[in-house]
Amino acid sequence: MYLTKEEEKMLESDNPAVSKAMEILVALGDIFGAEKLIKIKSAHVSGISYQNIGNEGLEWIEKLNAKVKVKTTINPAGMDLEKWKEMEIDEEFYSKQIRIINAFKRLGAEITLTCTPYLQYTPKHGDILSWSESSAIIYANSVLGAKTNRESGISALAAAIIGKTPYYGLLIDENRKPSIIVEYDGEINYRTLSLVGLKLGEILERNKIPLFKFQRKLKKDEMKILGASLASTSDLAIFHILDQTPEARIEKPLEKITIEIEKDETECDPDLIALGCPHLSENELKGIFEIIKKEGKVKREIILFTSRYVAKKNKKLIEKFEKNKVKVFTDTCIVVSPLAERFGTILVDSGKAFTYLPKLRKVRTCLASTICCIRKAYE
Amino acid sequence: MKVKARVISRGFASGKAVVSRKRISFLGDVDPSTGKIVAKDSDITGLNIAGKVLIFPGGRGSTVGSYVLYKMKKIGTAPIAIVNLETEPSIAVGAIVAEIPLVDKPEINVVEFIKTGEIVEVDANNGWIKWK
Repeated sequence: MYLTKEEEKMLESDNPAVSKAMEILVALGDIFGAEKLIKIKSAHVSGISYQNIGNEGLEWIEKLNAKVKVKTTINPAGMDLEKWKEMEIDEEFYSKQIRIINAFKRLGAEITLTCTPYLQYTPKHGDILSWSESSAIIYANSVLGAKTNRESGISALAAAIIGKTPYYGLLIDENRKPSIIVEYDGEINYRTLSLVGLKLGEILERNKIPLFKFQRKLKKDEMKILGASLASTSDLAIFHILDQTPEARIEKPLEKITIEIEKDETECDPDLIALGCPHLSENELKGIFEIIKKEGKVKREIILFTSRYVAKKNKKLIEKFEKNKVKVFTDTCIVVSPLAERFGTILVDSGKAFTYLPKLRKVRTCLASTICCIRKAYE
Repeated sequence: MKVKARVISRGFASGKAVVSRKRISFLGDVDPSTGKIVAKDSDITGLNIAGKVLIFPGGRGSTVGSYVLYKMKKIGTAPIAIVNLETEPSIAVGAIVAEIPLVDKPEINVVEFIKTGEIVEVDANNGWIKWK
Protein backbone atom coordinates (compact mmCIF):
# COMPACT_ATOMS: atom_id res chain seq x y z
CA MET A 1 0.00 0.00 0.00
CA TYR A 2 1.25 3.49 -0.83
CA LEU A 3 1.91 5.71 2.21
CA THR A 4 2.49 9.47 2.14
CA LYS A 5 5.53 10.85 4.00
CA GLU A 6 3.27 11.95 6.81
CA GLU A 7 1.76 8.47 7.06
CA GLU A 8 5.25 6.90 7.05
CA LYS A 9 6.14 9.13 9.99
CA MET A 10 3.10 7.96 11.91
CA LEU A 11 4.14 4.35 11.32
CA GLU A 12 7.50 5.17 12.93
CA SER A 13 5.98 7.40 15.65
CA ASP A 14 7.50 7.33 19.16
CA ASN A 15 3.96 7.15 20.49
CA PRO A 16 3.05 3.46 20.42
CA ALA A 17 -0.67 4.31 20.21
CA VAL A 18 -0.07 6.07 16.88
CA SER A 19 2.44 3.58 15.46
CA LYS A 20 0.28 0.59 16.45
CA ALA A 21 -2.83 2.22 14.98
CA MET A 22 -0.95 2.84 11.74
CA GLU A 23 0.49 -0.67 11.76
CA ILE A 24 -3.07 -2.07 12.04
CA LEU A 25 -4.34 0.04 9.13
CA VAL A 26 -1.36 -0.86 6.93
CA ALA A 27 -1.77 -4.57 7.71
CA LEU A 28 -5.47 -4.45 6.83
CA GLY A 29 -4.73 -2.41 3.72
CA ASP A 30 -2.18 -5.01 2.59
CA ILE A 31 -4.49 -7.94 3.36
CA PHE A 32 -7.34 -6.43 1.33
CA GLY A 33 -5.18 -5.03 -1.44
CA ALA A 34 -5.88 -1.35 -0.72
CA GLU A 35 -3.73 1.05 -2.72
CA LYS A 36 -3.82 3.90 -0.19
CA LEU A 37 -5.40 5.33 2.95
CA ILE A 38 -8.37 7.67 2.68
CA LYS A 39 -9.73 10.27 5.12
CA ILE A 40 -12.81 9.38 7.16
CA LYS A 41 -15.64 11.55 8.47
CA SER A 42 -16.35 9.53 11.59
CA ALA A 43 -15.54 6.35 13.48
CA HIS A 44 -17.83 4.15 15.55
CA VAL A 45 -16.15 1.75 17.96
CA SER A 46 -17.62 -1.51 19.26
CA GLY A 47 -16.20 -3.71 22.04
CA ILE A 48 -17.08 -1.34 24.89
CA SER A 49 -18.81 -3.72 27.30
CA TYR A 50 -16.54 -5.11 30.01
CA GLN A 51 -18.57 -8.29 29.64
CA ASN A 52 -17.24 -8.69 26.09
CA ILE A 53 -13.64 -7.41 26.16
CA GLY A 54 -12.61 -8.34 29.73
CA ASN A 55 -9.45 -7.20 31.51
CA GLU A 56 -7.32 -7.65 28.38
CA GLY A 57 -9.39 -5.23 26.32
CA LEU A 58 -9.56 -2.80 29.22
CA GLU A 59 -5.78 -2.81 29.69
CA TRP A 60 -5.06 -2.36 26.01
CA ILE A 61 -7.43 0.60 25.64
CA GLU A 62 -6.18 2.23 28.86
CA LYS A 63 -2.62 2.12 27.52
CA LEU A 64 -3.47 4.18 24.44
CA ASN A 65 -2.15 7.69 24.85
CA ALA A 66 -3.61 9.51 21.86
CA LYS A 67 -6.50 11.63 20.68
CA VAL A 68 -8.98 10.68 18.00
CA LYS A 69 -8.83 12.83 14.86
CA VAL A 70 -12.49 12.54 13.82
CA LYS A 71 -15.91 12.37 15.46
CA THR A 72 -15.84 9.07 17.31
CA THR A 73 -18.88 7.43 18.88
CA ILE A 74 -18.94 4.26 20.97
CA ASN A 75 -21.15 1.19 21.31
CA PRO A 76 -23.24 0.20 24.37
CA ALA A 77 -21.53 -0.68 27.65
CA GLY A 78 -22.41 -3.58 29.94
CA MET A 79 -24.64 -1.47 32.18
CA ASP A 80 -26.81 1.64 32.52
CA LEU A 81 -24.47 4.29 33.96
CA GLU A 82 -27.14 5.43 36.42
CA LYS A 83 -29.34 2.39 37.00
CA TRP A 84 -26.53 -0.16 37.29
CA LYS A 85 -27.57 -1.19 40.79
CA GLU A 86 -31.10 -1.82 39.62
CA MET A 87 -29.53 -4.08 36.98
CA GLU A 88 -27.78 -5.96 39.81
CA ILE A 89 -24.35 -5.14 38.44
CA ASP A 90 -21.65 -5.74 41.06
CA GLU A 91 -19.13 -3.11 42.22
CA GLU A 92 -16.19 -4.73 40.46
CA PHE A 93 -17.96 -4.85 37.10
CA TYR A 94 -19.07 -1.25 37.60
CA SER A 95 -15.58 0.04 38.31
CA LYS A 96 -14.03 -1.88 35.38
CA GLN A 97 -16.73 -0.60 33.02
CA ILE A 98 -16.16 2.98 34.20
CA ARG A 99 -12.43 2.57 33.56
CA ILE A 100 -13.16 1.54 29.97
CA ILE A 101 -15.44 4.55 29.51
CA ASN A 102 -12.90 6.92 31.06
CA ALA A 103 -10.23 5.57 28.71
CA PHE A 104 -12.47 6.44 25.76
CA LYS A 105 -13.10 9.91 27.22
CA ARG A 106 -9.35 10.49 27.39
CA LEU A 107 -9.08 9.38 23.76
CA GLY A 108 -11.60 12.10 22.88
CA ALA A 109 -14.49 9.80 21.93
CA GLU A 110 -18.05 10.87 22.60
CA ILE A 111 -19.61 8.63 25.24
CA THR A 112 -22.71 7.83 23.18
CA LEU A 113 -22.94 4.19 24.36
CA THR A 114 -25.31 3.24 21.58
CA CYS A 115 -25.46 0.87 18.63
CA THR A 116 -27.57 3.45 16.74
CA PRO A 117 -25.10 6.38 16.53
CA TYR A 118 -26.79 7.40 13.25
CA LEU A 119 -29.87 8.56 15.18
CA GLN A 120 -27.70 11.18 16.87
CA TYR A 121 -25.18 12.04 14.17
CA THR A 122 -26.51 10.97 10.79
CA PRO A 123 -23.79 10.45 8.16
CA LYS A 124 -24.44 11.96 4.74
CA HIS A 125 -24.74 10.10 1.45
CA GLY A 126 -21.21 9.31 0.23
CA ASP A 127 -19.43 9.99 3.53
CA ILE A 128 -16.49 7.65 4.15
CA LEU A 129 -16.60 6.10 7.63
CA SER A 130 -14.76 3.55 9.70
CA TRP A 131 -17.48 1.87 11.72
CA SER A 132 -17.69 -1.29 13.71
CA GLU A 133 -20.97 -2.73 15.12
CA SER A 134 -22.45 -4.83 12.33
CA SER A 135 -26.00 -3.43 12.62
CA ALA A 136 -24.81 0.19 12.38
CA ILE A 137 -22.46 -0.61 9.48
CA ILE A 138 -25.19 -2.20 7.38
CA TYR A 139 -27.58 0.66 8.17
CA ALA A 140 -25.03 3.33 7.22
CA ASN A 141 -24.20 1.63 3.91
CA SER A 142 -27.67 0.51 2.89
CA VAL A 143 -30.12 3.10 4.22
CA LEU A 144 -27.92 6.23 4.35
CA GLY A 145 -25.63 5.57 1.39
CA ALA A 146 -22.55 6.34 3.48
CA LYS A 147 -19.53 4.07 2.95
CA THR A 148 -17.86 1.85 5.50
CA ASN A 149 -16.25 -1.56 5.52
CA ARG A 150 -17.09 -4.02 8.25
CA GLU A 151 -14.49 -2.95 10.81
CA SER A 152 -13.69 -4.54 14.15
CA GLY A 153 -13.69 -2.45 17.34
CA ILE A 154 -9.90 -2.32 17.23
CA SER A 155 -9.56 -1.35 13.56
CA ALA A 156 -12.24 1.37 13.90
CA LEU A 157 -10.36 2.79 16.89
CA ALA A 158 -7.11 2.69 14.92
CA ALA A 159 -8.80 4.58 12.09
CA ALA A 160 -10.17 7.14 14.59
CA ILE A 161 -6.65 7.79 15.93
CA ILE A 162 -5.16 8.19 12.43
CA GLY A 163 -8.24 9.82 10.85
CA LYS A 164 -7.98 7.50 7.85
CA THR A 165 -8.88 4.00 6.71
CA PRO A 166 -7.56 1.72 3.93
CA TYR A 167 -9.36 2.34 0.65
CA TYR A 168 -10.92 -0.96 -0.46
CA GLY A 169 -14.11 -3.01 -0.42
CA LEU A 170 -17.35 -1.12 0.16
CA LEU A 171 -15.62 2.26 -0.03
CA ILE A 172 -15.46 1.68 -3.80
CA ASP A 173 -18.75 2.15 -5.74
CA GLU A 174 -18.14 -0.84 -7.99
CA ASN A 175 -18.23 -3.20 -4.99
CA ARG A 176 -21.59 -1.99 -3.66
CA LYS A 177 -23.87 -3.05 -6.52
CA PRO A 178 -26.62 -5.64 -6.06
CA SER A 179 -25.89 -9.12 -7.39
CA ILE A 180 -29.04 -11.06 -6.47
CA ILE A 181 -32.74 -10.21 -6.25
CA VAL A 182 -34.50 -11.44 -3.12
CA GLU A 183 -38.28 -11.54 -3.11
CA TYR A 184 -40.42 -11.78 -0.01
CA ASP A 185 -44.15 -11.25 -0.34
CA GLY A 186 -45.36 -12.16 3.13
CA GLU A 187 -46.55 -10.02 6.01
CA ILE A 188 -44.11 -7.40 7.26
CA ASN A 189 -43.40 -6.98 10.97
CA TYR A 190 -40.25 -7.19 13.13
CA ARG A 191 -40.58 -10.95 13.50
CA THR A 192 -40.93 -11.65 9.79
CA LEU A 193 -38.23 -9.14 8.79
CA SER A 194 -35.92 -10.70 11.39
CA LEU A 195 -36.53 -14.18 10.01
CA VAL A 196 -36.06 -13.02 6.40
CA GLY A 197 -32.75 -11.40 7.42
CA LEU A 198 -31.51 -14.36 9.44
CA LYS A 199 -32.42 -16.90 6.78
CA LEU A 200 -30.96 -14.94 3.90
CA GLY A 201 -27.75 -14.38 5.92
CA GLU A 202 -27.43 -18.13 6.33
CA ILE A 203 -27.97 -19.14 2.72
CA LEU A 204 -26.43 -16.25 0.80
CA GLU A 205 -23.13 -16.96 -0.93
CA ARG A 206 -20.23 -14.85 0.33
CA ASN A 207 -19.80 -11.48 -1.41
CA LYS A 208 -23.30 -11.54 -2.93
CA ILE A 209 -25.23 -8.33 -2.34
CA PRO A 210 -29.03 -8.65 -2.11
CA LEU A 211 -31.63 -6.35 -3.58
CA PHE A 212 -34.97 -6.89 -1.86
CA LYS A 213 -38.41 -6.66 -3.38
CA PHE A 214 -41.10 -6.16 -0.75
CA GLN A 215 -44.85 -5.57 -1.02
CA ARG A 216 -44.55 -2.11 0.46
CA LYS A 217 -41.90 0.41 1.45
CA LEU A 218 -40.21 -0.25 4.79
CA LYS A 219 -39.96 2.28 7.60
CA LYS A 220 -36.43 3.24 8.64
CA ASP A 221 -36.78 1.27 11.87
CA GLU A 222 -37.88 -1.78 9.89
CA MET A 223 -34.75 -1.50 7.73
CA LYS A 224 -32.73 -1.31 10.95
CA ILE A 225 -34.19 -4.64 12.14
CA LEU A 226 -33.76 -6.30 8.74
CA GLY A 227 -30.12 -5.22 8.48
CA ALA A 228 -29.24 -6.15 12.07
CA SER A 229 -30.65 -9.64 11.48
CA LEU A 230 -28.87 -10.08 8.14
CA ALA A 231 -25.55 -9.04 9.68
CA SER A 232 -25.86 -11.49 12.57
CA THR A 233 -25.87 -14.63 10.41
CA SER A 234 -23.51 -13.36 7.70
CA ASP A 235 -20.69 -10.90 7.20
CA LEU A 236 -22.88 -8.88 4.86
CA ALA A 237 -22.47 -5.11 5.26
CA ILE A 238 -24.87 -3.76 2.62
CA PHE A 239 -28.29 -4.51 1.10
CA HIS A 240 -30.63 -2.66 -1.24
CA ILE A 241 -34.41 -2.38 -1.44
CA LEU A 242 -35.97 -1.73 -4.83
CA ASP A 243 -37.58 1.73 -5.14
CA GLN A 244 -36.41 2.66 -1.67
CA THR A 245 -32.73 2.67 -0.69
CA PRO A 246 -30.34 5.18 -2.35
CA GLU A 247 -28.21 2.74 -4.36
CA ALA A 248 -30.93 0.28 -5.42
CA ARG A 249 -30.29 0.13 -9.16
CA ILE A 250 -30.48 -2.92 -11.40
CA GLU A 251 -28.01 -2.51 -14.26
CA LYS A 252 -28.06 -6.05 -15.63
CA PRO A 253 -30.25 -9.16 -15.32
CA LEU A 254 -29.75 -10.74 -11.93
CA GLU A 255 -30.36 -14.15 -10.41
CA LYS A 256 -33.55 -14.22 -8.32
CA ILE A 257 -34.55 -16.11 -5.16
CA THR A 258 -37.67 -16.14 -3.00
CA ILE A 259 -37.50 -16.26 0.77
CA GLU A 260 -40.17 -18.08 2.71
CA ILE A 261 -40.37 -18.18 6.47
CA GLU A 262 -42.33 -20.01 9.11
CA LYS A 263 -45.76 -18.48 9.46
CA ASP A 264 -46.59 -19.29 13.06
CA GLU A 265 -44.99 -17.91 16.18
CA THR A 266 -43.70 -20.51 18.63
CA GLU A 267 -45.28 -20.79 22.09
CA CYS A 268 -43.27 -18.96 24.71
CA ASP A 269 -43.57 -18.30 28.44
CA PRO A 270 -40.87 -15.70 29.08
CA ASP A 271 -39.74 -14.26 32.40
CA LEU A 272 -38.38 -11.22 30.56
CA ILE A 273 -39.47 -9.31 27.47
CA ALA A 274 -36.61 -7.24 26.05
CA LEU A 275 -37.09 -4.69 23.27
CA GLY A 276 -34.46 -2.44 21.73
CA CYS A 277 -31.91 -4.46 19.78
CA PRO A 278 -30.69 -2.31 18.09
CA HIS A 279 -31.54 0.60 20.45
CA LEU A 280 -35.08 1.95 20.13
CA SER A 281 -35.70 5.14 18.17
CA GLU A 282 -38.09 7.88 19.24
CA ASN A 283 -40.74 6.53 16.84
CA GLU A 284 -40.43 3.04 18.22
CA LEU A 285 -40.76 4.27 21.81
CA LYS A 286 -43.91 6.18 20.83
CA GLY A 287 -45.32 3.14 19.04
CA ILE A 288 -44.75 0.89 22.04
CA PHE A 289 -46.38 3.44 24.35
CA GLU A 290 -49.51 3.50 22.21
CA ILE A 291 -50.19 -0.07 23.36
CA ILE A 292 -48.98 0.35 26.98
CA LYS A 293 -51.22 3.43 27.33
CA LYS A 294 -54.32 1.35 26.61
CA GLU A 295 -53.40 -1.65 28.75
CA GLY A 296 -51.84 0.03 31.81
CA LYS A 297 -49.39 -1.57 34.25
CA VAL A 298 -47.57 -4.63 32.90
CA LYS A 299 -47.79 -8.02 34.63
CA ARG A 300 -44.52 -9.47 33.36
CA GLU A 301 -41.04 -7.93 33.44
CA ILE A 302 -40.39 -5.88 30.32
CA ILE A 303 -37.31 -3.77 29.63
CA LEU A 304 -36.78 -1.26 26.83
CA PHE A 305 -33.26 -0.39 25.70
CA THR A 306 -32.44 2.91 24.06
CA SER A 307 -29.64 5.47 23.90
CA ARG A 308 -29.18 8.17 26.52
CA TYR A 309 -29.60 10.71 23.70
CA VAL A 310 -33.03 9.41 22.65
CA ALA A 311 -34.12 8.94 26.28
CA LYS A 312 -33.20 12.53 27.15
CA LYS A 313 -35.17 13.82 24.18
CA ASN A 314 -38.20 11.84 25.36
CA LYS A 315 -37.96 12.34 29.10
CA LYS A 316 -41.71 12.60 29.73
CA LEU A 317 -42.43 9.50 27.70
CA ILE A 318 -39.82 7.54 29.67
CA GLU A 319 -41.49 8.63 32.93
CA LYS A 320 -44.84 7.42 31.62
CA PHE A 321 -43.32 4.03 30.81
CA GLU A 322 -41.93 3.75 34.31
CA LYS A 323 -45.33 4.57 35.82
CA ASN A 324 -46.65 1.52 33.98
CA LYS A 325 -43.85 -0.68 35.40
CA VAL A 326 -42.03 -0.77 32.06
CA LYS A 327 -38.29 -0.43 32.74
CA VAL A 328 -36.14 1.67 30.43
CA PHE A 329 -32.36 1.25 30.44
CA THR A 330 -29.92 3.37 28.47
CA ASP A 331 -26.17 2.99 27.65
CA THR A 332 -26.47 -0.78 27.43
CA CYS A 333 -28.51 -3.57 25.85
CA ILE A 334 -29.72 -7.07 26.57
CA VAL A 335 -26.97 -8.63 24.44
CA VAL A 336 -23.86 -6.95 25.90
CA SER A 337 -24.82 -6.76 29.59
CA PRO A 338 -24.67 -9.64 32.10
CA LEU A 339 -28.34 -8.92 32.93
CA ALA A 340 -29.73 -11.58 30.58
CA GLU A 341 -28.02 -14.38 32.48
CA ARG A 342 -30.45 -13.90 35.40
CA PHE A 343 -33.42 -14.99 33.28
CA GLY A 344 -34.65 -18.37 32.09
CA THR A 345 -36.44 -17.39 28.90
CA ILE A 346 -36.33 -14.04 27.13
CA LEU A 347 -38.81 -12.90 24.49
CA VAL A 348 -37.47 -10.47 21.87
CA ASP A 349 -38.64 -8.89 18.62
CA SER A 350 -35.18 -8.76 17.04
CA GLY A 351 -33.38 -11.37 14.97
CA LYS A 352 -30.07 -10.07 16.25
CA ALA A 353 -30.96 -10.59 19.93
CA PHE A 354 -32.55 -13.92 18.98
CA THR A 355 -29.21 -15.02 17.47
CA TYR A 356 -26.77 -13.69 20.06
CA LEU A 357 -28.58 -14.22 23.40
CA PRO A 358 -28.38 -18.04 23.32
CA LYS A 359 -24.77 -17.90 22.05
CA LEU A 360 -23.28 -15.19 24.26
CA ARG A 361 -25.50 -15.30 27.35
CA LYS A 362 -26.59 -18.95 27.19
CA VAL A 363 -30.26 -18.10 27.67
CA ARG A 364 -33.34 -19.52 25.96
CA THR A 365 -34.76 -16.93 23.58
CA CYS A 366 -38.03 -16.62 21.64
CA LEU A 367 -38.86 -14.31 18.76
CA ALA A 368 -42.21 -12.56 18.18
CA SER A 369 -43.54 -9.41 16.57
CA THR A 370 -43.38 -6.25 18.69
CA ILE A 371 -47.13 -6.30 19.31
CA CYS A 372 -47.08 -9.94 20.43
CA CYS A 373 -44.12 -9.17 22.72
CA ILE A 374 -45.99 -6.36 24.42
CA ARG A 375 -49.24 -8.37 24.68
CA LYS A 376 -47.27 -11.09 26.45
CA ALA A 377 -46.47 -8.56 29.18
CA TYR A 378 -50.18 -8.52 30.09
CA GLU A 379 -50.73 -12.28 30.21
CA MET B 1 16.44 -22.73 3.91
CA LYS B 2 15.44 -19.06 3.83
CA VAL B 3 12.31 -17.71 2.14
CA LYS B 4 10.84 -14.24 1.77
CA ALA B 5 7.47 -13.36 3.31
CA ARG B 6 5.22 -10.34 3.76
CA VAL B 7 5.53 -8.39 7.02
CA ILE B 8 2.24 -7.95 8.88
CA SER B 9 3.25 -7.48 12.54
CA ARG B 10 6.85 -6.46 13.10
CA GLY B 11 9.41 -8.17 15.33
CA PHE B 12 11.84 -11.11 15.44
CA ALA B 13 11.62 -14.52 17.09
CA SER B 14 13.23 -17.93 16.89
CA GLY B 15 11.99 -21.20 18.33
CA LYS B 16 10.40 -24.60 17.79
CA ALA B 17 7.62 -24.79 15.21
CA VAL B 18 4.09 -26.10 15.60
CA VAL B 19 2.65 -26.67 12.14
CA SER B 20 -1.02 -27.14 11.23
CA ARG B 21 -2.65 -27.60 7.84
CA LYS B 22 -5.96 -26.28 9.11
CA ARG B 23 -7.38 -22.84 9.84
CA ILE B 24 -7.37 -21.68 13.48
CA SER B 25 -9.66 -19.30 15.38
CA PHE B 26 -8.18 -17.98 18.60
CA LEU B 27 -11.72 -17.74 19.94
CA GLY B 28 -12.68 -21.32 20.63
CA ASP B 29 -9.93 -23.41 19.03
CA VAL B 30 -7.31 -22.57 21.67
CA ASP B 31 -7.45 -22.67 25.47
CA PRO B 32 -5.95 -19.25 26.25
CA SER B 33 -5.06 -20.18 29.85
CA THR B 34 -2.68 -22.94 28.74
CA GLY B 35 -1.97 -22.36 25.04
CA LYS B 36 -3.25 -25.84 24.17
CA ILE B 37 -5.16 -26.46 20.93
CA VAL B 38 -8.59 -27.77 21.96
CA ALA B 39 -10.44 -27.77 18.62
CA LYS B 40 -11.54 -31.35 17.97
CA ASP B 41 -11.32 -31.01 14.18
CA SER B 42 -7.73 -29.70 14.26
CA ASP B 43 -4.70 -31.74 13.13
CA ILE B 44 -2.71 -30.47 16.13
CA THR B 45 -5.31 -31.06 18.87
CA GLY B 46 -3.62 -31.33 22.26
CA LEU B 47 -0.38 -29.62 21.15
CA ASN B 48 0.73 -26.53 23.05
CA ILE B 49 1.52 -23.37 21.07
CA ALA B 50 2.87 -21.33 24.02
CA GLY B 51 6.36 -20.08 23.18
CA LYS B 52 6.29 -21.77 19.76
CA VAL B 53 6.45 -20.50 16.20
CA LEU B 54 2.91 -21.24 15.04
CA ILE B 55 2.63 -22.00 11.33
CA PHE B 56 -0.82 -22.47 9.77
CA PRO B 57 -2.76 -21.43 6.65
CA GLY B 58 -4.80 -18.58 8.18
CA GLY B 59 -7.57 -17.60 10.53
CA ARG B 60 -11.24 -18.16 10.77
CA GLY B 61 -13.96 -16.62 12.88
CA SER B 62 -14.57 -13.81 15.30
CA THR B 63 -12.85 -10.47 15.78
CA VAL B 64 -12.95 -11.03 19.55
CA GLY B 65 -10.11 -13.45 18.72
CA SER B 66 -7.81 -10.39 18.52
CA TYR B 67 -8.16 -9.77 22.26
CA VAL B 68 -7.64 -13.47 22.98
CA LEU B 69 -4.17 -13.27 21.41
CA TYR B 70 -3.44 -10.20 23.52
CA LYS B 71 -4.56 -12.04 26.66
CA MET B 72 -2.37 -15.04 25.78
CA LYS B 73 0.66 -12.77 25.32
CA LYS B 74 -0.02 -11.18 28.73
CA ILE B 75 -0.16 -14.47 30.60
CA GLY B 76 2.63 -16.12 28.63
CA THR B 77 0.67 -18.66 26.61
CA ALA B 78 0.95 -16.98 23.19
CA PRO B 79 3.08 -18.22 20.31
CA ILE B 80 6.36 -16.25 19.94
CA ALA B 81 5.73 -15.77 16.22
CA ILE B 82 3.09 -16.60 13.64
CA VAL B 83 3.50 -17.59 10.00
CA ASN B 84 0.37 -17.74 7.85
CA LEU B 85 0.02 -18.66 4.20
CA GLU B 86 -2.55 -15.87 3.93
CA THR B 87 -3.55 -14.10 7.11
CA GLU B 88 -6.94 -12.49 7.89
CA PRO B 89 -8.00 -9.44 9.92
CA SER B 90 -8.66 -10.93 13.36
CA ILE B 91 -5.25 -12.64 13.51
CA ALA B 92 -3.38 -9.73 11.94
CA VAL B 93 -4.90 -7.18 14.33
CA GLY B 94 -4.45 -9.55 17.29
CA ALA B 95 -0.78 -10.06 16.48
CA ILE B 96 -0.15 -6.32 16.16
CA VAL B 97 -1.97 -5.52 19.40
CA ALA B 98 -0.17 -8.34 21.23
CA GLU B 99 3.20 -7.49 19.63
CA ILE B 100 3.67 -10.96 18.19
CA PRO B 101 5.75 -11.03 14.98
CA LEU B 102 3.60 -12.17 12.04
CA VAL B 103 4.49 -12.76 8.41
CA ASP B 104 2.36 -14.25 5.64
CA LYS B 105 2.49 -15.07 1.92
CA PRO B 106 5.81 -16.97 2.13
CA GLU B 107 7.40 -17.68 -1.26
CA ILE B 108 6.78 -21.40 -0.81
CA ASN B 109 4.05 -23.31 1.02
CA VAL B 110 5.90 -23.59 4.34
CA VAL B 111 3.11 -25.70 5.86
CA GLU B 112 4.35 -28.50 3.57
CA PHE B 113 8.05 -27.90 4.17
CA ILE B 114 8.44 -27.21 7.89
CA LYS B 115 7.73 -29.94 10.44
CA THR B 116 6.49 -29.55 14.01
CA GLY B 117 9.51 -29.43 16.33
CA GLU B 118 11.96 -27.89 13.81
CA ILE B 119 13.72 -24.67 14.84
CA VAL B 120 12.46 -21.71 12.78
CA GLU B 121 13.60 -18.08 12.70
CA VAL B 122 10.98 -15.45 11.82
CA ASP B 123 12.25 -11.99 10.91
CA ALA B 124 9.13 -9.85 10.68
CA ASN B 125 11.20 -6.68 10.35
CA ASN B 126 12.84 -7.63 7.05
CA GLY B 127 10.34 -10.22 5.93
CA TRP B 128 11.88 -13.70 5.89
CA ILE B 129 11.64 -17.16 7.49
CA LYS B 130 14.65 -19.46 8.00
CA TRP B 131 14.91 -23.09 9.06
CA LYS B 132 17.50 -25.97 9.12
